[in-house]
Amino acid sequence: MHLAVQDLGVARGGIAVLEGLTFRVEAGTALILRGPNGIGKTTLLRAIAGLQPSLNGSIDTPEDSIAYAAHSDGIKQALTVRENLEFWAAVFGTGDINGALDAFALQPLALRPAGALSAGQKRRLGLARLLVSARPIWVLDEPTVSLDVDAVAMFAAAICAHLEAGGLALIATHIDLGLDADILDVAPFKARVPISVDDAMEGFL
Amino acid sequence: MSLWEYANPVKFMALSGRILPWAAWLSGICLVIGLVWGFFYTPDDFRQGSTVKIIYLHVPSALMAINVWMMMLVTSLVWIIRRHHVSALAAKAAAPIGVVMTLIALVTGAIWGQPMWGTWWAWDPRLTSFLILFLFYLGYIALWAAIEDNDTAADLTSILCLVGSVFAILSRYAVNFWNQGLHQGASLSLDKEKNVADVFYQPLLFCIAGFVLLFVVLVLLRTRTEIRARRTSALLARERMG
Amino acid sequence: MKALLIRDLRLAIRAGGGFGLGLAFFLIVTVLVPFGVGPQSELLSEIAPGILWLGALLACLLSLDRILALDWEDGTLDLLACAPLPMEAAVSIKALAHWLTTGLPLVIAAPFFALLLNLPSAGYVPLVLSLLLGTPALSVIGTFGAAITVGIKRGGLLLSLLVLPLYVPTLIYGAEAARRGAQGLETSTPLFMLAGITSGVIALLPFASAAVLRVNIR
Repeated sequence: MHLAVQDLGVARGGIAVLEGLTFRVEAGTALILRGPNGIGKTTLLRAIAGLQPSLNGSIDTPEDSIAYAAHSDGIKQALTVRENLEFWAAVFGTGDINGALDAFALQPLALRPAGALSAGQKRRLGLARLLVSARPIWVLDEPTVSLDVDAVAMFAAAICAHLEAGGLALIATHIDLGLDADILDVAPFKARVPISVDDAMEGFL
Repeated sequence: MSLWEYANPVKFMALSGRILPWAAWLSGICLVIGLVWGFFYTPDDFRQGSTVKIIYLHVPSALMAINVWMMMLVTSLVWIIRRHHVSALAAKAAAPIGVVMTLIALVTGAIWGQPMWGTWWAWDPRLTSFLILFLFYLGYIALWAAIEDNDTAADLTSILCLVGSVFAILSRYAVNFWNQGLHQGASLSLDKEKNVADVFYQPLLFCIAGFVLLFVVLVLLRTRTEIRARRTSALLARERMG
Repeated sequence: MKALLIRDLRLAIRAGGGFGLGLAFFLIVTVLVPFGVGPQSELLSEIAPGILWLGALLACLLSLDRILALDWEDGTLDLLACAPLPMEAAVSIKALAHWLTTGLPLVIAAPFFALLLNLPSAGYVPLVLSLLLGTPALSVIGTFGAAITVGIKRGGLLLSLLVLPLYVPTLIYGAEAARRGAQGLETSTPLFMLAGITSGVIALLPFASAAVLRVNIR
């Protein structure tokens, strides 16, 4: 199990933002992405998760191995916490959700409608979805937003457990999770020619 | 040397710039010959009187209304398969011309229908089909206008054009089933005998050639405008980022 | 796939899901028509099949933007795109859920609303049959329209503009079958055509919807 990125370039709104990214994450390790706002971290993570095409380069991962979590968690307000998780468990074809509920201390909230949760509790529910997906590669975009100190500790513990079980994680975050992980600053990879590659290639410029 | 080289905007601009004045002159000449000949130097029809002369606008515009959609379908396919931006921009450029052609066909038809059938509008299959075509054009244009990102807009409108074409054909048959009509058969066809006498037919050919060339001129002009707009926004983006 | 269907049905039925809105709209249209055209029962019974078909179509249209817009806003579509479920299956299930919560209640309610419009007794079976065959097509075509406009803010009006022309063939054959039925004529030709359109769009249109959705997600 690995995630290897080779000479990757990504674009946002038709304009190249990052280029020449090369890194490799092995099973059992995590890589933390840093960089100023707007540099293209979210775009990069979406490209790796397969949600948008990359401009060039290659992303090498086993098929159907990525679980992606971003700013919005796809939580349905009208469903209970348990129903929300059960849905994703069924979609990913995994059975038991109790482990995920325990890991993020959601058992006492399990029967509450998700609409009645606080922002931090919703975030925990969103992260619990990662456990339920049972995917080996976690691609996380600012996962600690609106989490308190205790919840961050829970999250760090969940990641440690995930890595020990042979998973790997790619995380864009600004806080220190206390993980033993490599840090990659993407700022040097800012695209030098910030124009749409299509425009240049097809001769609009 | 392949045809696809003209999908490069620079090449397209150079070639279209050279073609444009010729096409414009030729179109003007054809239209003047066709319309003057048709309106002033053909006899009145023994049944329809002088009203028949509206065919010199009605038939070419109706033909173009459908042909423009066909051209959009082809350019949409080219965009989906080969992803040439000029192709998508040409489809975008053609749509408003198509909608105007459809409108001309509908309005001239109504003006002709009034003295002939005694009504401005009838729910005849041909008329109804054109009205539906008009709605398809409106939806297509509105979708282009509603999306900011160029490539997303091109992708979505192309797929809409494909799906819309299928439904337009289905509608045509549905409408035929729903109401048999008043409209005369096709004025022109390749396989059947001519429906129109020679005296009317020859100027009509000039008018059709004129309309086709007029469309070529307009679509080239509009595509050039789109390419320039695209170039401007690319330059602005570079300035903003750099 | 089953999980997605169950979740969508659950969401539709729970508070704020909008279940029943389409039905209420259908009722209101049916009630307003006599105010517009006058209470003469012969006139009403003549136009009843068309009015019922139009009412059902509009009620269907009204709920289309709910098919995908909510899942788009809360990020569910992004997550589904990463899930092992193909997008084609997801949009088909969404269309099915829409039909079960909107189309099917309309089919069931139509004969009762037909009483209000004095539909001739011969017309009930063809009416229900044509709606049963036609409303799935309305849901599938509507899902395509919803997929195109999902990324557009306040895209509701545009959605109507795109979807209504696509509804023309379904409406023509459906209403024709209901009308012929009410007049006691043979209805099999329009019903077969309707069934053909419905099976065609169910088979093919999800591919277009999924393609469009992928473009919007990227």
